[in-house]
Amino acid sequence: MKLVEPSLKSLSTSMFNVEHIRADFPILKLKIDGKPLAYLDNAASSQMPQPVIDRMVRYQTTQHANINRAVHYLSETATLEYEKSRHKLKRFINANEDREVIFTSGTTDAINLVAHGYGRKFIGSGDEIILTTLEHHSNIVPWQMLAEENGAKICVVPIDDTGELLIDEYKQLFNKRTKFVGVTHVSNALGTINPIKQMIEFAHARDVPVLVDGAQAAPHMKIDVQDLDCDFYTFSGHKLCGPTGIGILYGKAALLERMQPFKGGGDMIASVTFEKTTYNTIPHKFEAGTPPIAAAIGFGAAVDYLSAVNMSTIATYEHDLITYATEQIRRIPGIRIIGAAAEKVAVLSFSVDRIHPHDIGTLLNQEGIAVRTGHHCAQPVMRHFKVPATTRASFAFYNSMIEVDALISGIQKIQKIFL
Amino acid sequence: MNTKSLYQEVILDHNRNPRNYGSLDNANCSAEGHNPLCGDHLNIKLNLSRGYINDIAFQGESCAICKASASMMTANVKGKTQADAETLIQEFRDMTIGKLEPNGNHHLGHLTVFFGVRNLPTRVKCAILPWHTLHAALNSVATISTEAEDDPMHVSIGNA
Repeated sequence: MKLVEPSLKSLSTSMFNVEHIRADFPILKLKIDGKPLAYLDNAASSQMPQPVIDRMVRYQTTQHANINRAVHYLSETATLEYEKSRHKLKRFINANEDREVIFTSGTTDAINLVAHGYGRKFIGSGDEIILTTLEHHSNIVPWQMLAEENGAKICVVPIDDTGELLIDEYKQLFNKRTKFVGVTHVSNALGTINPIKQMIEFAHARDVPVLVDGAQAAPHMKIDVQDLDCDFYTFSGHKLCGPTGIGILYGKAALLERMQPFKGGGDMIASVTFEKTTYNTIPHKFEAGTPPIAAAIGFGAAVDYLSAVNMSTIATYEHDLITYATEQIRRIPGIRIIGAAAEKVAVLSFSVDRIHPHDIGTLLNQEGIAVRTGHHCAQPVMRHFKVPATTRASFAFYNSMIEVDALISGIQKIQKIFL
Repeated sequence: MNTKSLYQEVILDHNRNPRNYGSLDNANCSAEGHNPLCGDHLNIKLNLSRGYINDIAFQGESCAICKASASMMTANVKGKTQADAETLIQEFRDMTIGKLEPNGNHHLGHLTVFFGVRNLPTRVKCAILPWHTLHAALNSVATISTEAEDDPMHVSIGNA
């Protein structure tokens, strides 16, 4: 069977050619109300290139059966392809072993897994969990649920007015009760890239494990979990040109082995009697029930696609995009950019004087421009900047400078309507 | 879908110069309305005596659709009976969720400029929030939210 390759035309030049890339994404040809779609909501979910769609169709039309079960051809093929996909993810993040990669339904599921599997076992009453103001609600609520249940305490790293974490304050939060750190690699609301390597090093010097929420980082840069030395790293397929319903939790094997299972069911057991169940080895211990097999295989195809485009090329191009977009939007009077960290991904969160983000979102949609408006599931960030909501344009490597121009002229048009 | 028809001059005008905006000294009923999804909130105060809404005012932070809806609502219900206001609340809600046609039999008058919001499901709650809050104020409910069990899309307004 042939592995999925990105279409050759996107790789035919060493220079990054966004038009060639765009040709791989059928949805980008859509028109909204007669206007060409400018999809700038990639931080919420990205679009899928044809090779990934094709791979999932091929699985579903020629390879599908339940995995880890029967001895027949289809079951063996599906199992093999599912495990191949795990291996691709392992390579994508440079994990040490395949078994350190657990398929989850997404980042939220993965964090809940750690809060349950690690937290309920190793974090107790009076122990402290460090989180940051930049966290998405999905890296806040599971820990709060744990804290409510067992009396642990949550400590929060504050941010400054550029949207950067105050690292000195982070360091001061540590004490002998500190048992865990949960930090987002990149802020979904602002785009800030956090100095996680430095934060991990500091935590490890105090024997505190660190979970990194990589949902907003993995689509934009090369991730190397061994270099970061993080204990857990997680991200979702659908923000990475893959399907929804799939994500991974990377965890160091030694930690995963010590953790308790999250969900009970089939596949996660070694043997079951009504007296005693013994659990399967990792990663299966954490993959109860039939997983979304097609999605997992699509996820593998998506990281193949991104790797072929090249993550450093993507990072460089997206940096050009955000630099251009920031320069252009700054020229518009009445615009306030929310989040101006020195290191950030291609996310532009902003507010416009006297115009509510919801009105901006609705009127930009009229121009074919898809942005996200609201609190971005990051209410602590909104509270820091004293705004109820922002408009967020979040870019992917398939966005063009022309789309940035469309956004800018769209905003100016709305300002005229509200004059 | 044509969103242009929603952002008509009358809505933009009420957004720029909201009527009955501010607080009310002689209020005897009030309620707070929230839309946790977008952070919109507004406060409605009114003076109700012998079944009449003698005075009404609103304050808050919200999008143009919500603010214009609140402004036009206060202008419409001021001087009306509580029963007439409740009828308008029901009719306005029915119009925005597609249960009442603007050329049908109703008392909405100029409020039919909000007709187009039914084509924007994510914005229906913006338009309804002031009306839902007014209903709460008239029925001595202190705070309402557009979500969960208070969701006006799922709960009959009459039971709030």
